[in-house]
Amino acid sequence: MMISALTAEKLACVRGDRKLFDGLDFRVKAGQALAVEGANGSGKTSLLRLVAGFLAPAAGRILVTTGDGESDDAEERARLVGWLGHLDGLKPQMTVKEQLAFYARLHAVRNASLEDLLTQVGLARQAELPCRYLSAGQKRRLALARLLASERPLWLLDEPFAALDRSGQNLMAHAMERHCGDGGLIIAATHDPLGLGNESLKL
Amino acid sequence: MSVFITLLTRDMKLAARSGGSAALALSFFALVATLVPLGVGVDLHLLARVAGGVLWVGAVLAALLSLDRLFQGDFEDGSLDVIALSPLPMELTALAKICAHWLSTGLPLTLLSPLLALLFNLPGPATSILFVSLLIGTPAVSAIGAIGASLTLSLKRGGLILPLIILPLLSPAVIFGAGAVAAVLDGLAANSALGLLTAFAAAAVLLSPFAAAACVRLNLSS
Repeated sequence: MMISALTAEKLACVRGDRKLFDGLDFRVKAGQALAVEGANGSGKTSLLRLVAGFLAPAAGRILVTTGDGESDDAEERARLVGWLGHLDGLKPQMTVKEQLAFYARLHAVRNASLEDLLTQVGLARQAELPCRYLSAGQKRRLALARLLASERPLWLLDEPFAALDRSGQNLMAHAMERHCGDGGLIIAATHDPLGLGNESLKL
Repeated sequence: MSVFITLLTRDMKLAARSGGSAALALSFFALVATLVPLGVGVDLHLLARVAGGVLWVGAVLAALLSLDRLFQGDFEDGSLDVIALSPLPMELTALAKICAHWLSTGLPLTLLSPLLALLFNLPGPATSILFVSLLIGTPAVSAIGAIGASLTLSLKRGGLILPLIILPLLSPAVIFGAGAVAAVLDGLAANSALGLLTAFAAAAVLLSPFAAAACVRLNLSS
């Protein structure tokens, strides 16, 4: 399902006794990326978790506009989210290929060519290697392959360039550019510029 | 359904590769069952009388060994976030994990029980009932364990609190399971105890995925 826009209205987030942000408004349209910037602890990750539906907002709402109309249902929104958190979600006991195949099947994606995805992220030679032998950067590349395999229109990325070398960063930037080019949306919490001519939101 | 099977298969694969949690549970169960006759002595009649209770308690404690990792591993490495965004409802995710735990721990423990019953001089008919009662009751151990595991998944030492939460909830399973074995030893029918055990296990398996899913959602939002 394609999303034409994601809109946050008067969004507030409270963690413990601390109000992280209040009255936050933003809109991301299809083909656009939004970089969420701010100091450590300013609520960047919490904002991503709000959009993903893991957290409920203390006030305000998040609306997703699709061909079927507008909806603020968190469960419906969760089915549209491709997630790249600061943890890569990889099991040390599983091989690179097993891990990717698991996530593709988990997202009910049948036609993904895992070999192509692994080649795309530069991990074709490590396909049969257990994930415990991967470096932090390689794990991030595998997480990117997982994101690509999910075929979700709304990407929520937490520090997408973390642990990546220069070529890995270029790979991530190209993947984001392609995703936006295909009509996808991106919200990324980052300290680094996305390089997509994107909007930015300061927390 | 295929997403459910995918998660179930992956969890069983992980259980087999994670230092053999089933082997650990089986070893623990076998050690407990071996130590009790050494402590009780050679009173064969007494051993047969206590067999049902001891083997049931041993199986429950052995199953507990791997329960704390039911959700915790996925929570700690970020997998649970991605799983939560999959098309599979969280209730079915919990059920898949319960099934995987039972297949990798509860079922092997049940299959080992007739062998361990020999150490207690348990007669054949009582051994059969012990086997059947564990077959019916161990899914309840995994199911109720899932509630405790989901409650404690974000706690650093949740594994220590887990038994305190779930052991009281499992007492009906132990009472009915051991009671069925005792009934056969007394020459009575085990039907009523097995019936109650089946009802308890069915309720646990049907209801616990909802409770576990709610606890997982709560932890994901913390």
